[in-house]
Amino acid sequence: MELWFSEFHTPDVQHSIRVTRHLYSKRSEYQQIDILETPEFGRVLTLDGNVMLTERDEFIYDEMITHVPMAVHTGIRDVLVIGAGDGGVVRELTRYDRVERIDLVEMDPMVVEACRTYLPSNACRMDDRRVHIHFENALKFIRRCEAEYDLIIVDSTDPFGPSEGLFTREFYGNCHNALREDGIMVNQQGSPFYAEDAKAMQRSHKNIVKTFPISRVYQAHIPTYAAGYWLFGFASKKYHPIDDLDAQAWSKLNLHTRYYTPRLHIGAFYLPAFLEEMLEEVEE
Amino acid sequence: MQNRRMQLDQRRAPIYEALENFRRMRVVPFDVPGHKHGRGNPELTAFLGQQCVGVDVNSMKPLDNLCHPVSVIQEAEELAADAFGAAHAFLMVGGTTSSVQSMVLTACKRGDEIILPRNVHRSVINALVLCGAVPVYVNPEVNQRLGISLGMRREEVAKAIAEHPKAVAVLVNNPTYYGVCSDLRAIVQMAHSAGMLCLADEAHGTHFYFGGGLPVSAMAAGADMAAVSMHKSGGSLTQSSLLLVGPNVHAGYVRQIINLTQTTSGSYLLLSSLDISRRNLALRGRAMFHQVADMAEYARQEINAVGGYYAFGREIMNGNSVFDFDSTKLSVHTRDIGLAGIEVYDILRDEYDIQIEFGDIGNILAYLSMGDRPQELERLVSALAEIRRRYQRDSAGLLSQEYIAPEVVISPQDAFYAEKVSLPLEECVGHVCSEFVMCYPPGIPILAPGERITKEILEHIQYAKEKGCSMTGPEDPEIHRINVLT
Repeated sequence: MELWFSEFHTPDVQHSIRVTRHLYSKRSEYQQIDILETPEFGRVLTLDGNVMLTERDEFIYDEMITHVPMAVHTGIRDVLVIGAGDGGVVRELTRYDRVERIDLVEMDPMVVEACRTYLPSNACRMDDRRVHIHFENALKFIRRCEAEYDLIIVDSTDPFGPSEGLFTREFYGNCHNALREDGIMVNQQGSPFYAEDAKAMQRSHKNIVKTFPISRVYQAHIPTYAAGYWLFGFASKKYHPIDDLDAQAWSKLNLHTRYYTPRLHIGAFYLPAFLEEMLEEVEE
Repeated sequence: MQNRRMQLDQRRAPIYEALENFRRMRVVPFDVPGHKHGRGNPELTAFLGQQCVGVDVNSMKPLDNLCHPVSVIQEAEELAADAFGAAHAFLMVGGTTSSVQSMVLTACKRGDEIILPRNVHRSVINALVLCGAVPVYVNPEVNQRLGISLGMRREEVAKAIAEHPKAVAVLVNNPTYYGVCSDLRAIVQMAHSAGMLCLADEAHGTHFYFGGGLPVSAMAAGADMAAVSMHKSGGSLTQSSLLLVGPNVHAGYVRQIINLTQTTSGSYLLLSSLDISRRNLALRGRAMFHQVADMAEYARQEINAVGGYYAFGREIMNGNSVFDFDSTKLSVHTRDIGLAGIEVYDILRDEYDIQIEFGDIGNILAYLSMGDRPQELERLVSALAEIRRRYQRDSAGLLSQEYIAPEVVISPQDAFYAEKVSLPLEECVGHVCSEFVMCYPPGIPILAPGERITKEILEHIQYAKEKGCSMTGPEDPEIHRINVLT
């Protein structure tokens, strides 16, 4: 018997992964949660049928969304993580001794529960004493914060589902307000390749540009996401992602990474021409 | 849970069932509409869907006829009457405007007086233009802090009835756009003891028939007719509506009045949407509106916690001009953050992609319904928090909305058809207006035909224009000029 999981990247493109076992399938209040065992990508977490992470390539995403801001702002102590119920971002953050507090705001307790059971390599640091999990709507949580955090990591699902509110101007505005005066916000910014995704990416970039004085986009290559090509947003009140990179300080930490390096850090901000154009279009 | 007072089987939906049956019969259409189940207009079919255009059909025996219902439409009307506790219900396809007008036209003839608050919807005064009745306005009290018109005080209604004993009816907003209710039961009693009918504009009150903890509905209060916007809180398609009548009104005469102006090609999309929505309300309305009221209450708390805004609720009740308050309404007073409601309305749309129902001089209204989810409410609250942070300024210089008592010089009909001349706004003081001027929404006239134009009124119009309210009514779309009587 052949069992395949397919995800539509557009109505005319689908990406399929052979499945050996369907480990978990439950519907939470917000979404359909599935975990699959696959020969090529290991365990795969999907929400509403969209791949969120695979054991094989999650390191790329989790390293790029965490180490880029951590290497720029060496004073980061208080971190707010939004979404990321799988625990991958938390795992990367707990590798830094200087981080004192990690508030994780995830709306869906069932995602955390499922990942604790079936994706222990991601969820392994969720019980770190510095981690405080809040099962709450992120917009509501952040409305009440003022100048509390050095870093906010927005690890949301795509902008067409329950996370839609995390791509809005009101959300970014409240993030700005929740950050200290030298704070940084990093978000997953989607993919620029297929038309529908590109439009959403432009919309959220436009909202961020209007909110933060410094706003740059960087890229990574993630095989299981649409077009294998993914973007992150780096928004900040003070630090420039390249000019303020402290590569030496970061290297001294001796963190072993498999994707991120300080050299790649700089390269990731150099974008292809079509993407530069798309961004400029909404930056005016 | 089905409401106890309903007698019929509310799980039925006769028009919907007849249409489903009709679809299965695969009838060959040699009648109108000419698109023939969509085949003749593929672009329209692609846009609206086969399912939808397939039931856009004409009246025929198996589907009944809206002008003279004898089968499935009649059954649907009986079910609606049962669900709403009315003696008779009419399915309407010309918007609640058509319900309001049929109600007024049933009650009034040329020269009759009708008692009503001035903050009525334009459709009421339009009906007066059509039939030639004369308005007797009751001054709705104004909440000074919020700058909104409230309900009618009992004493004011009693005074109007005493001064105009020959008036034929009293019309009541149940509730106003903001959710404010007058003491409807008392007003019904006063009207009836004076031999007058009591009519209710329930454009914003459909849910009153299906809610616990909501204000009394017109039929429950003993009113004689009610215009009910099913397409607002009832969930049916835009332009569909209900006209309810009590036992004292002759349903056959109401049908004749409706047929004076109603289309003879009533849309089955609208009719089936009324049928299905009535069923939904009867079966699940109570739970749904409970949820809406809870969401509104939550939003009020969160918005008030932001600071600067005042999302008002049942605390504004005063036993008379705010006899009751519809807790599903989410209205927010914005003047204290230094912004007019209409400015907040524009910012929400332009910068946050959030469309709310309306903003006026001092307030905004976000319309909540059974289709809302908590995550969108969080967006609204967060956007309001952001707007306050980014735009808050001193509120000095912002006008409050005062009630300007109108001086009715001649009837709306006489004014509308009179000889008139177009004058620039600033030269209109003292003249009698022959047309409407209003902000839309909410569609409550600042000036109606037959009223004296004053300096105060012109200032109000000018201010509303400056703040960006969309103004409608006059022949001149820019509202630089107004038609006045010669």
